Amino acid sequence: MIKNSIGRMIPGEVNGVKQIPFKGVAKYKPEGLKAAPPIRSCSDYPTDGNKVVSSLQEALKKCGLKDGMTISNHHHFRNGDLVMNQVFEIASEMGVKGLRWFPSAAFPCHKPVIDHINNGTIDWIEGSLNGPLGDFASGGGMRGTGVLRSHGGRWQAVQDGEVHIDIAVIAAPTADEFGNATGDRGPSACGLLGFGLVDTLYADKVIVVTDNLVPFPCLPWQIQGQNVDVVVVLDKVGEPEKIVSGTTKLTRSPDRLYIAELTAKFVKAADILHDGFSFQAGAGGTALAFAIYLKEMMKNAGIKARFIRGGSTKYLVEMLEEGLTDFILDGQTFDLEGVRSMRENFGHVNTSPFTSYNWHGKGNFATMLDVVVLGATEVDVNFNANVVTHSDGRMLHGIGGWQNCLFSKCTILPIPAFRDRIPIIVDKVTTVVGPGELIDVIVTERGIAINPLRKDLISATKNSKLPIRKIEEIKAEVDDLIGGPPTKPELTDEVVSIVKWVDGTVLDSIYKIKEEE
Amino acid sequence: MTKEYIVGPKGDKPKSDLRITYSKNSKSLDISLSSKVKLMFGKSIINQAETICKDLGITTGTFLLEDFGALPFVISARMEAVIKSAHPDITAESLPEIKPCSIGKSKRGRFRRSRLYIPGNQPKLMLNAGIHKPDGVILDLEDAVAPAEKESTRYLVRNALRVLDFFGSERMVRINQGEMGLKDLEFVIPNNVHLILVPKVESADQLKSVDNKIDEITKGCGRVDPVFLMPIIESAKGVLHALEIAEASKRNVALTIGLEDYTADLGVVRTEDGKESLFARSTIVNAARAAGIQAIDTVSVDIEDERALRASAMEAKALGFDGKGCIHPRQIQPIHEEFAPTHSEIEKAKKIILAFDDAKEQGLGVVSLGSKMIDAPVVQKAEKTINMAIASSLLSKNWKKNE
Repeated sequence: MIKNSIGRMIPGEVNGVKQIPFKGVAKYKPEGLKAAPPIRSCSDYPTDGNKVVSSLQEALKKCGLKDGMTISNHHHFRNGDLVMNQVFEIASEMGVKGLRWFPSAAFPCHKPVIDHINNGTIDWIEGSLNGPLGDFASGGGMRGTGVLRSHGGRWQAVQDGEVHIDIAVIAAPTADEFGNATGDRGPSACGLLGFGLVDTLYADKVIVVTDNLVPFPCLPWQIQGQNVDVVVVLDKVGEPEKIVSGTTKLTRSPDRLYIAELTAKFVKAADILHDGFSFQAGAGGTALAFAIYLKEMMKNAGIKARFIRGGSTKYLVEMLEEGLTDFILDGQTFDLEGVRSMRENFGHVNTSPFTSYNWHGKGNFATMLDVVVLGATEVDVNFNANVVTHSDGRMLHGIGGWQNCLFSKCTILPIPAFRDRIPIIVDKVTTVVGPGELIDVIVTERGIAINPLRKDLISATKNSKLPIRKIEEIKAEVDDLIGGPPTKPELTDEVVSIVKWVDGTVLDSIYKIKEEE
Repeated sequence: MTKEYIVGPKGDKPKSDLRITYSKNSKSLDISLSSKVKLMFGKSIINQAETICKDLGITTGTFLLEDFGALPFVISARMEAVIKSAHPDITAESLPEIKPCSIGKSKRGRFRRSRLYIPGNQPKLMLNAGIHKPDGVILDLEDAVAPAEKESTRYLVRNALRVLDFFGSERMVRINQGEMGLKDLEFVIPNNVHLILVPKVESADQLKSVDNKIDEITKGCGRVDPVFLMPIIESAKGVLHALEIAEASKRNVALTIGLEDYTADLGVVRTEDGKESLFARSTIVNAARAAGIQAIDTVSVDIEDERALRASAMEAKALGFDGKGCIHPRQIQPIHEEFAPTHSEIEKAKKIILAFDDAKEQGLGVVSLGSKMIDAPVVQKAEKTINMAIASSLLSKNWKKNE
């Protein structure tokens, strides 16, 4: 184990790959060339452009599925994905062993993967581990160590050659027989397919799987057929109601609404709200409510944003339609209104982790944002934050774009000061996922804490009448209420997963939980 | 089968609460726990339960604790309640240490624009109630609590008064009617409740029995801070006795009305327009003014309809009410905004205050503004307007400097 620059112990080697410890924000700059897929020849592909094969099994065989390969997919179908469980079922029937699964995220619907780990088909998962998979991995169930990466970090890892994808399986709501594909239409419409883009560019073999085959050309072609080896048509690739929600729901919790309103007031008081500004807020209840309070403030002040970073929701769509923003830059889509608007409104811009998040590129959009609002499970008094583990040590969430978004000009975490009896502000986070120097403001119902490094924000909001307090003060108040800080969970020294930083270095380790007696 | 005593919330997914099942016959003390925070707080919960057993003299019995993230003050309230439901003879108490935030005082004439009802048996809603800055938080022992939970809720409300920060909101409790209400007082009066809402008052005598009970309790516990009363009038009889009720106790600081029960008593439908209750509401305002106390309007029950809420608050202000009840934090801000003085009200009040200051400075006994003489009640009203303008951030505290 090696100690990295923030004092966390990390393994020197993971899954046979040498690891570089985190050296600090923007301190590590690798050199060399990017990875690349093998050269191909048109002579090996049908000249009529028809790459359709009869079954998923045939497609996997044609792509040479064998022991020890890395299989990847995107997560735009979220909890409604019907493809990946079939892929591993087939692999299992074929007797393939020792696969690495490399999804951009996994969901509770992927629970059957646990069986395929137990029967030897899959050795380990490199991707977000949450729900049943998180519990399974936290208990040390995988033969191999989990690697948690941000969306941008996933692109970086593939691009930099850290992860080589053998076969990418791209579920597509609509595609043509050449392999052009789009996510914005079809019975399983999910909006866009940006998370799968890197897979199609760098994998050895690419399979497009659709339930809505259209004659060439499939437009728009979010995925280009020139990167696709085979196309498979299934009856159904996803469960629409689990892919995007009918409508995204606003929080009704008065405390959450209060936190959201306080966040919007802070943004205004800190003078971030100006004509042509930009922001990003996710689809969580508090983030949505924040957007709505912000919208009212923008209307009252006659202010218009230049762009908002989606996930589109009906609330962002309304802002676009009411002329409160010129563009929505979409990374994904959260509800049906978002998908509809994306088809109809030219104000939507498709983005991918490459354009938005990749740290090893010539710039990205996340750093250009004026303000971003994110969640967290824990924050410590030095503003380090955790988003992947629960205070009891269990893996809970993936990183998503969270790490990448920290680079905005102002990063705000609106979070309740405690959930039931569990405090959010702690002495030391269970897992560091975001270094404190990048986290500017914590907004809780018991006060707003500004990172002492952000003297500009402190002075801008000094006379704002907002409840601005020291983070230690808020912590002390909550600890008093909950009867003292919680006991730390007992962990073993066995690393079940590592947390990567956006540059591929290792930020922290997640340990196996000690079994209850 | 041995009798099981059960206290706490029903269902699978309560929040910030604890359900306890207790049975007496056992040779040893046996406490078992299921909790979603067991890893982090399991030991602390068991320790706390054991300490309470010790404090109350319980040495045997089986306790099954089903915890849903309850805070310590909730755990002790639930433990004490379940033990006492099985052993009504135990007089010892298990009181959480009183927190510094719980010792603040109130004032007779403070603003009571908004008062937020919180069910006394729902700790989750109590924890952050004060954060939304209502003028008063009411921990409700009456209508919000089912009959079977009345007893156990008293412990919860008592403990909440001892440990929770209400962030400057006036600390109110609505007691039950009759004898049960008098018993409720024993739990809250010694714990710095500021104001008691007395439901369904129909006569001066009814209020006097509450008054006497408070005398008795304050003497017993040595409380010196005043206890304020706000009688709730909820029937035709009560309306017709409004003045005698308003004058029945020196502790009265406000008179309020409950229109749900009142309209039921009249046998009419409660409308948004409110014509059916105009007489009652005006009577309340007049009785309160005659007795020199505040008049507070009823609650708006539709929390989604902000437009109706604002209209109702605006009307209440026009009728002479000083405030309104709330059942959801979202109602607080609109009420404060509607009760805030208008620009012209503020300007007029400023002129009156300045003229009064002038007259004082010159030693004049009579205040005049232009050609008009100004009486003391007008000056008082102007002062009230200025204070509320300052509280509503419509006027600087140092406004006189800028004049």
